[in-house]
Amino acid sequence: MKLSKNFVKDYVDIDVDIKTLAEDMTKVGNEYDEAGKLINATKLVIGEVKECEMHPESDHLHVCKVDVGTEVLDIVCGAPNVRKGLKVIVALVGAELPEITIKKGNIRGQESNGMLCSMLELGMEHKYVDEVDKTGIHELPEDAPVGEEPIKYMGLDDEVIDFDLTANRGDLLSILGMAYEISAIYDKKVKEIDLSHKENSEDINDTFKVEVNTDNCSIFLARKVKNIKIGESPAFIKNRLIASGIRPINNVVDISNYVMLETGQPLHFYDADTLNGKIEIRMAKEGEKLTTLDNIERTLSKEDIVISDGEKAIGLAGVMGGLETEITNNTKNVIIESAIFDGVKVRKTSKEILRSEASSRFEKGLDPNRTYMAIERACKLLEEYAKGEVVGGIAKFDNSDKENRNIEISFKKINDVLGMEIDKKDVLDVFRRLSFNVIINGKESDFSETEQELENVEEITVSVPRRRGDISIKEDLIEEVGRIYGVDNIVGKLPQMPLKEGSYDKVNRGIRNKMVDLGLNETLSYILVNDKEAKYFTKDETEVVKLLDPMSEDRNTLRHSILPSLLKIYEYNKARNNKDVSIFEIGKTFYKQAEEYGEHNKIAALMTGDFYLGVNNKKQVDFYVIKGIVEELLDYLGYERRYSFVVRENQMPEELHPGQSALISVNNDIVGIIGKIHPSLVKENVYVFEIDLDKLLDKKVGKMKYKEFSKFPSVKKDLAVVVDKNITSEDIIALIKKAGGSSLDGIEVFDVYTGKGIDEDKKSIAYSLTFEKMDRTLTDEEINESLNKIIDMLEKKLGAELRK
Amino acid sequence: MEEQISKIKEVAVMEINKATDAKELDEARVKYLGKKGELTAILRGMGALSPEERPIIGGKVNIARDEIESLIKEKEAEFAKAELERKLKEETIDITLPSTKVKRGSKHPLNRIIEEVEDLFVSMGYDVVTGPELETDEYCFERLNLPKGHPARDMQDSFYITSEYLLRTQTSAVQARTMMANEEKGSIRVICPGKTYRRDDDATHSHQFSQVEGLVIDKNISLADLKGTLEVFVRKMLGENLELRFRPSYFPFTEPSYEVDVSCFKCGGKGCNLCKQTGWIEVLGSGMVHPNVLKMGGYDPEVYSGFAFGTGLDRLAMFKYGITDIRLLYQNDVRFLNQFDRLDR
Repeated sequence: MKLSKNFVKDYVDIDVDIKTLAEDMTKVGNEYDEAGKLINATKLVIGEVKECEMHPESDHLHVCKVDVGTEVLDIVCGAPNVRKGLKVIVALVGAELPEITIKKGNIRGQESNGMLCSMLELGMEHKYVDEVDKTGIHELPEDAPVGEEPIKYMGLDDEVIDFDLTANRGDLLSILGMAYEISAIYDKKVKEIDLSHKENSEDINDTFKVEVNTDNCSIFLARKVKNIKIGESPAFIKNRLIASGIRPINNVVDISNYVMLETGQPLHFYDADTLNGKIEIRMAKEGEKLTTLDNIERTLSKEDIVISDGEKAIGLAGVMGGLETEITNNTKNVIIESAIFDGVKVRKTSKEILRSEASSRFEKGLDPNRTYMAIERACKLLEEYAKGEVVGGIAKFDNSDKENRNIEISFKKINDVLGMEIDKKDVLDVFRRLSFNVIINGKESDFSETEQELENVEEITVSVPRRRGDISIKEDLIEEVGRIYGVDNIVGKLPQMPLKEGSYDKVNRGIRNKMVDLGLNETLSYILVNDKEAKYFTKDETEVVKLLDPMSEDRNTLRHSILPSLLKIYEYNKARNNKDVSIFEIGKTFYKQAEEYGEHNKIAALMTGDFYLGVNNKKQVDFYVIKGIVEELLDYLGYERRYSFVVRENQMPEELHPGQSALISVNNDIVGIIGKIHPSLVKENVYVFEIDLDKLLDKKVGKMKYKEFSKFPSVKKDLAVVVDKNITSEDIIALIKKAGGSSLDGIEVFDVYTGKGIDEDKKSIAYSLTFEKMDRTLTDEEINESLNKIIDMLEKKLGAELRK
Repeated sequence: MEEQISKIKEVAVMEINKATDAKELDEARVKYLGKKGELTAILRGMGALSPEERPIIGGKVNIARDEIESLIKEKEAEFAKAELERKLKEETIDITLPSTKVKRGSKHPLNRIIEEVEDLFVSMGYDVVTGPELETDEYCFERLNLPKGHPARDMQDSFYITSEYLLRTQTSAVQARTMMANEEKGSIRVICPGKTYRRDDDATHSHQFSQVEGLVIDKNISLADLKGTLEVFVRKMLGENLELRFRPSYFPFTEPSYEVDVSCFKCGGKGCNLCKQTGWIEVLGSGMVHPNVLKMGGYDPEVYSGFAFGTGLDRLAMFKYGITDIRLLYQNDVRFLNQFDRLDR
């Protein structure tokens, strides 16, 4: 909402400058974006072109002698409309215009001491200026006084605050509402609005009917004004519209906008001669057609409120009028509509068609008292500025509630909520400034009560005028006291509540710390991805979740796995030559199953490039590095010896390398995946894992406890066997464990070899075995016996050969 | 005989002193002290001596032997020391070469901020709670006093999945869930940090961002409690001695509602670019829980009152770490991430 200072001064006196006003309004909750002069230009003067010759060196420049009252200046001007005798706006040397500073110049050999201006050069927006100003300089009226300040002369010496209002203060979308707010801040009186006009002896009700056939219109008023003369609006109306951000059209249209700005009540004017003496307000029929005044044929739904002439729709209530009944340059007689339509319905319709100054006011709610005020004000202005003849009577439907709202409140409640001790008198003063009535013990207060007289008053009733539609409960009144009295003096304290230890997700925090300790960078990525990649790295029955109305196709679906997000981060880094990327993220993934939506908490990691760094000690990430990360994490979480990496055909995501990937199984339940990204997706060596944390953490682990270790020395034995290539180490270890007996305490792989000396379809694996007993030292015989059993078993079951 | 002994000794000493390495030394040892050595030979030949001479000569041989032995030992030690020195010298490395290490890890700055906020509030007895990001319209709006068609819904342009499901636009959605979950309808002290989503993407807005919501409900909670709590919060996160200013505002789920400005931590309130010359920076939205919200959560607004606050964590992280572009937080360039790996003392 743009507030014109000149406009609001019609209704309240303002003694402060525009910045102070803006800051003071901000303090009571009305923020602003900008505050300043409407036209920001200095050193301007009205001049008269005394001589105007073509510039000898140019085909379009003119050399002018311009009388500015105190002297005659030589000025070179390029505008096509400059001519002898024209009254012009002169920017003198040193003038600061929004875009430039005027300097003494020499244009192709001719001295120039200033500039003749168009309104565009003074910073007026393109949409407000006429054709003359768009191509040339501004032409002032013939009687413009030479030597005087042109902005003031034109009445554009206004100041404007552009407010960014909160959604509840629909009342401030009016000059009157602003006047009440300003009056409360500075303790001023709001001036009466002039509604006086004549009316003829006819009665509109004899020739015109209003019929409301929907609950979505609480009040509809119509008056008629005859024999209007369409023309230009007076300067003050045009200027105030411009200051308020509305383009002037003609006197009749301008008046409807002017009154809307003043009162907050949107009006609609119909050409009376295009109506059949009747207006009906009803819901549209499904599929009903209407051509709106922007010349677009609209197809309506039964959610739209329409104005009809009794047969067909002629306007979309509160949103846009119809083309057929609009005011034209030939309009003679006008029907004025002043009505209130349901905000939710108007909002819905306007969202599809056009958000306008009018629709936003309906959405936020209106005061039916203003509905009456606005229609009378419009009659007055049409009479005065369009030579109209107001027809007697008012055609109306009125089902509205115009009464004040009475709210009871205690002084104690106010102080309890604000945590302050405000004197009763000061509380009453707030309501007086807001022009609310207060009823004390059944009697309307004149606000003269002393603190002593109020001593025994605990509760009051505040009577809130309808214009403040945002106030309906006690808490709203408390807010008003806080706003106007101020809360700067509140002394902060902490809530007095029992001491206790707060709780938070320690496991989640632990996982994050562990991953960072392991050398990975935590990322925070977007959960919205492309629908094509949303399901990457997953293979389950559930569906992906798509947005109804995405901002771009690139982010139209919620991720099903974190890995697509990490893949994007990898690509981002790759493009920037960051080759070593080891990242992880803990976050949510989303799914849809049988019309139900759900989330999973997951952890995912992506690793590529060097992981161990150092001269001659580098180690590139491979499957075993990322597997190590997973094992470290699972061990840390207490799942030691309870997990395995398994391969199951048809369960592996297609985005993983079929020979370098596995499912992660904990307690024989699949909780995640691990592997190299398939070369068809990423050609570099990139490894990933993802674990469903909900599934994993559901598996209980015991408390961390000390476990006794043997006091007797252990013995290590190495064993290297040659086996078929397709036999896994896990198979071998299982047999070693089985044959090794209870004294076999540990098995570690320390070498895997293929190549020279080993058949092509074979491999050699070397194990370091640890033997140990809790109660004694093992003898060589015992150890050798175990070892022989192991070798026997491996030979028999796997055809293994001992490698000497 | 005595002469012979001293001669042997003399030659031995000379040879030992001449020895240049352990091998020559060992040869000398064998030559003089070995089983077939010269001194040993004298001892062997002592049978020919008179009983009186034997102990005298024997004693002399032993003395010579001891002297030679200790000289050899001395010499050995010398050689060992030289050998060790040579070895150490040989093993000298360039200690300025880079170390061997695992690639460094780090926490994302936004999560660092979240942990800091959590730790502060947990220490004051708050529970950290979470809620779904794929939320229902009911919890995201309706239970927060924002019925369908409410104009304030325009403040938050949402990503809808269906007419009922959407990505939550605010962590306030957890308010109603927390109240509903509290079956005894007792006091509540929670914060809820998390991701939020709005249809908004430009230089200063990201369609995905993070907020933290705070909610306290008890008997006799006032605006003064809110102010005191936010003072602790803001001063811990942004700097001691900062002042707060409550500016009336509007949120449908609180009444009264306040935007909270903090005195500019860059210029101290004098006015600078960061605070746009106002001396104040808007950091939080807050207010007293609206009675409708309490009622919908099963709390009697005549008995209970509460406050709620919310703030954007992205901005907080940007302020704290001097990050100038919000996009850095979501690009996850490893050169950015690597910077957040130290203890922030």
